[in-house]
Amino acid sequence: MKQILTGNEAVARGALEAGVGFASAYPGTPSTEILENIGEKYSDTIICEWAPNEKVAMEAAIGASVMGARSMAVMKHVGVNVAADPLFTFAYTGVTGGMVLVSADDPGQHSSQNEQDNRNYAKSAKILMLEPSNSQEAKDMVVIGMELSEQFDSPVLLRMTTRICHSKSIVEFGEPKAVKVIPYKKNYAKYGIMFPEILKLHPKVEQRLKLAEEYSNASSLNVEEWNGSKVGVISAGVAYQYAKEVFGDKASYLKLGMTYPLPMAKILAFADKVDKLYVIEELEPFMEEQIKAAGIDCVGKELITSIGELNPDIVKKAIFNEENNILTFNKGLVTQRPATFCAGCPHRGFFYQLAKEKNIVISSDIGCYGLSGNAPYHAKDFAFCMGSGFSSAHGAAKVAQKHGAQQRLVGVMGDSTFFHSGMTSMLDAVYNNSNTLMCILDNRITGMTGHQENPGSGFTLDGEASTVTDIYQVVKALGVKHIRVINPLKLQDVKDAVNWGLSFDEPAVIITRWPCALKKLSQADKAEFGNYKIPVTVEADKCIGCKACMRAGCPALIYNMEKRKVTTDAVQCIGCEVCIQVCPKKAIKKVGAGE
Amino acid sequence: MRETKNIILCGVGGQGTILTSKVLSNCLMKAGYDVKMSEVHGMAQRGGSVTTQVRFGDYVHSPIMGKGSADILVAFEKMEALRYLDMIKPEGKVILNDYEIASSTVLAGEEEYSSLILEEVTNAANASVLNACKIAGNIGNVKAMNIVLLGCLVKFMNLGELDWDTAIRENVKPSLVDLNIKAFYAGLGAVSN
Ligand SMILES: Cc1ncc(C[n+]2csc(CCOP(=O)(O)OP(=O)(O)O)c2C)c(N)n1
Repeated sequence: MKQILTGNEAVARGALEAGVGFASAYPGTPSTEILENIGEKYSDTIICEWAPNEKVAMEAAIGASVMGARSMAVMKHVGVNVAADPLFTFAYTGVTGGMVLVSADDPGQHSSQNEQDNRNYAKSAKILMLEPSNSQEAKDMVVIGMELSEQFDSPVLLRMTTRICHSKSIVEFGEPKAVKVIPYKKNYAKYGIMFPEILKLHPKVEQRLKLAEEYSNASSLNVEEWNGSKVGVISAGVAYQYAKEVFGDKASYLKLGMTYPLPMAKILAFADKVDKLYVIEELEPFMEEQIKAAGIDCVGKELITSIGELNPDIVKKAIFNEENNILTFNKGLVTQRPATFCAGCPHRGFFYQLAKEKNIVISSDIGCYGLSGNAPYHAKDFAFCMGSGFSSAHGAAKVAQKHGAQQRLVGVMGDSTFFHSGMTSMLDAVYNNSNTLMCILDNRITGMTGHQENPGSGFTLDGEASTVTDIYQVVKALGVKHIRVINPLKLQDVKDAVNWGLSFDEPAVIITRWPCALKKLSQADKAEFGNYKIPVTVEADKCIGCKACMRAGCPALIYNMEKRKVTTDAVQCIGCEVCIQVCPKKAIKKVGAGE
Repeated sequence: MRETKNIILCGVGGQGTILTSKVLSNCLMKAGYDVKMSEVHGMAQRGGSVTTQVRFGDYVHSPIMGKGSADILVAFEKMEALRYLDMIKPEGKVILNDYEIASSTVLAGEEEYSSLILEEVTNAANASVLNACKIAGNIGNVKAMNIVLLGCLVKFMNLGELDWDTAIRENVKPSLVDLNIKAFYAGLGAVSN
């Protein structure tokens, strides 16, 4: 059977074919759809779960491997930073059931805070790495990765990138393997990580790498395509496709599917046969540095940028200094189109009001609310990584307090982020007597990455009901004395709560509770929030065209320049009522019965 | 050997560019082409600019193309046409939906949505302008605008003989199949090449 699949769909299919027994992930673009697809299509065969964060996902997958199942942990590139601790020691102990870690990197930072190159993780953790260049390979490499993991007693890194994850290409399906779970036998020497056995693991790892390099040299994952000796290209992943596009059959290729350990003997033999050798890779000179260190002359990053995502054009320009002709037009007319809060987003009311507050510094986090830094709110001051919202606010607050700065610190993060690593972030502030105001924007779902369930939402990945962890109770248990729960769409309540929160010289917490505008409401949501989805309309005779409502930044409001009046887009509006509260002329009303 | 053809669809999050390219690429695959399609998720539902690329032929390597490479640009929104105009070949074609969505910077009064956009695109490129919103509205639902545009694209690419009915049936919600098939033929008939 043949289907056109994204790389992510293909990895999910690969998990089935490889006989994976357990898969865990924390969502993150561009990796999210891998577990979503496993959950949707293969949850009968594969135990599949959302974990609260990547470290936990990795650890759960490690446990599954130790118990004898083939297992997988899936995350975006920055997630591997979070999961690095268990990864590096698991790399020493090795596996029982095969284990593949999928890292989805994001060259070009389409939806990420950095563009780190996670191939470096394979090298520093000393584990095997595979890099697919299309969806077919993405699927096949899950299967091969599991076999290699068991053969070499090592976790295997399957390194994807945005273009591989989110591009579709044609995939020929294979037969799912029936893989038996290996019966558990206690093996303290392998897994106990205690002296003196622990000292035997590192030498074993070095030995394994030598054997893996021999495999890499012999493997058909690393193939030569011979088109004559003039030009040779070494490439891997999607960069290989760009190289093919640019050089066509005017170059010979050494296409690498296994990029750690590199097949250095094969590379040397290839280099010897060609007059000029290029190494074409996205981001860091990962292969180039190793190839040069082996004494092989090649051209790479001196021509091809290590910044951003490549494409055939960039490669062509870098190598041949050729560019395609393009049309001439006035690009100056193009306006920016930054992402914005959706119509009805509960974050809108909160930030509309918070942005009015003077003398505060807003330490944000990673989630939809990060968009509060954009027009028209310009609210957030900074953000770094998931969970930093409260702890970075705390550090800043301590300095501000000691040195008599005017500003007070407000930390914000979402529900999913709170469960991810925000609980320890808050604990830092509580334990160290902070006066930080900490706000948890609980929209009842993991919004930014497209509505994944989380420990507070009441459901698991495969739709089973689960325990709802109560954020209020968690905050209370962490030791916070001042906690308020509000509806973020009620502007006066937001204002009062912020003033209240800033009145303490102790940690205070505001929990806003209202569902994401795009969330498919559960029974519990309907019972709690009711049917509020009634669109609003503007009474034209009352509207004076002052545009006060437009400053709430709702995409469902339209300003008509000729008539100098505002109208609403009934398709987008879900009646959150923020504009009603903002209008000085009371010109906006709710009509009709709604859904 | 069939030469590789390059198509770009661009629009604003929520306009249905991704579904359109899904129907397109599935249909091309079934007709025996090698197809690669590339999309970037992440901000798709939050009013950001979105684009997908579809490449098809006997054998396609790269899932994405560079500037000056597209044979056809289908713009679901005017401003987006101008944003991606440098992606097409100088002799390339633009299908331009005469439809405007203000961005958050425009709504906030920080930037102006120029009234010259349509003119700028039609002056610079070989463009066919249509009002897909109106056409879809006449059929019964403005949201079928995306499939109207697919119909136009198919017309200009001379791909009318492929089995589009099946492709639509297999990729849209059952309750919307009839509407979308109507929208497709309305789009096909709305332009001539
Ligand atoms: C370590 C890490 N993992 C995953 C992500 C991807 N990511 C960005 S925002 C987000 C979800 C945020 O959800 P929540 O905190 O509930 O806020 P919402 O978007 O719903 O407002 C995720 C998973 C990331 N940036 N970093």
